[in-house]
Amino acid sequence: MGRMRKLLIPGVDKDLLARDAAKAMPDVTRRRFITGGASLGALTLLTGCDVTDSFSAEEMLKQVSKFNDGVQAWMFNPNAMAPTFPESAITKPFPFNAYYSLDEAPEIDGNAWKLEVRGLVDNKKPWTLQELYQLPQVKQVTRHICVEGWSAIGSWTGTPLRDFLKLVGADTTAKYVWFQCADKDGYNSPLDMPTALHAQTQMTFRFGDEILPRAYGFPMKIRVPTKLGFKNPKYVMSMEVTNDYKGGFWEDQGYNSFSGS
Amino acid sequence: MSALSATDEHATPTRAKAIQPAWVRAVHWTNAVAMVVMIMSGWQIYNASPLFGFTFSRSITLGGWLGGALLWHFAAMWLLMVNGLIYLTVGLATGRFRRKLLPITPEGVISDARAALTGKLSHDDLTRYNHVQKLLYAGVIVIGILVVLSGLALWKPVQLQWLTALFGGYEAARYVHFFCMAGIVAFMVVHVALALLVPKSLRAMIIGR
Repeated sequence: MGRMRKLLIPGVDKDLLARDAAKAMPDVTRRRFITGGASLGALTLLTGCDVTDSFSAEEMLKQVSKFNDGVQAWMFNPNAMAPTFPESAITKPFPFNAYYSLDEAPEIDGNAWKLEVRGLVDNKKPWTLQELYQLPQVKQVTRHICVEGWSAIGSWTGTPLRDFLKLVGADTTAKYVWFQCADKDGYNSPLDMPTALHAQTQMTFRFGDEILPRAYGFPMKIRVPTKLGFKNPKYVMSMEVTNDYKGGFWEDQGYNSFSGS
Repeated sequence: MSALSATDEHATPTRAKAIQPAWVRAVHWTNAVAMVVMIMSGWQIYNASPLFGFTFSRSITLGGWLGGALLWHFAAMWLLMVNGLIYLTVGLATGRFRRKLLPITPEGVISDARAALTGKLSHDDLTRYNHVQKLLYAGVIVIGILVVLSGLALWKPVQLQWLTALFGGYEAARYVHFFCMAGIVAFMVVHVALALLVPKSLRAMIIGR
């Protein structure tokens, strides 16, 4: 400790240094920082969003979140399957969850709807629901885990996304498949390619024994059991294979972009 | 440990050997900051989907909303884990854990607890922990390991599904994670209260003596 004290910027008065540091802070922060003291006071300051900004803690947190994207991509094992469950384990009723109420959920005419396919694919032909229903389908009973912490087990049936990507001649060396949805205020979400190619990542057309109901994303949702719920887009209108990170509805607001399970 | 405390002694040759060596103080206060950030952001995350019939007041949570709290939680976890690993590694390698925390006997805990409650427990030698301290410190280390492991089980229930299964599945791991937090908070309340009652122990954790 003694040596540390001596080494702390030789020739600089510590009090002056502290005063200069405080001057660099925005007004409100500075006042509260000084009156609150450096330890407990500073911690309580961090609870407010505006103060978080002035500490530039937000920028630091964003950088760590990007680092966490990298760590999770590194941890992602394409051969690790999400645990599956017996039908008896299915949560009933399976919760409806969105940033709007069920009455505000998109009402899509299945006969008029077409899935748009864009970006780095050979065949950009739009797909009708009847055409998609002709593709081979598989069922999965997996746990949906919400970013909020709750979870529920559901039964989803549809076409593995990787089969569809192969069918349309997608460049699977691209970085993302970016989904755009019909939710109000425009929902969209990027899915990293390794996850898009995971065997359990599914274009879902059925929930349980029924056609996917409006509450769960009719006509099509993307079921990704290796991701948190918000990375499972519903009411999908289009998909784009791209190398660009185009952001997402929740990702842009601060949820970790990879959000892998 | 010995290298660090030797440096310490070199800088202040007239003083006695540190009660708390520099490395212990460094990891202790780093852990204190990381724990407080983890707990306060964790409370905000809990509020998004409470396990019980209560939520934590916004005045004691960190992050402002779920997304902000998650950013704090998944940033401070690195500090908590790296610092915790350093603590466990050095503690085991130097024999500090064995020397300071063992043995813990039921008789020792009972007699020291009785002495503490009747005000007869001596704090003359701060380098030696009594049996109640040993039990609490060893216990909170175990809970600290469990809170990190259950947290990893919640974060990666697919990639680390063996770990999640060890905790009895995703939903069970949420309860384990919560109760570990509750245990740590209970420890902190007692720990801080006692540190304030015996201020020289707090001083030893700050300046070493």
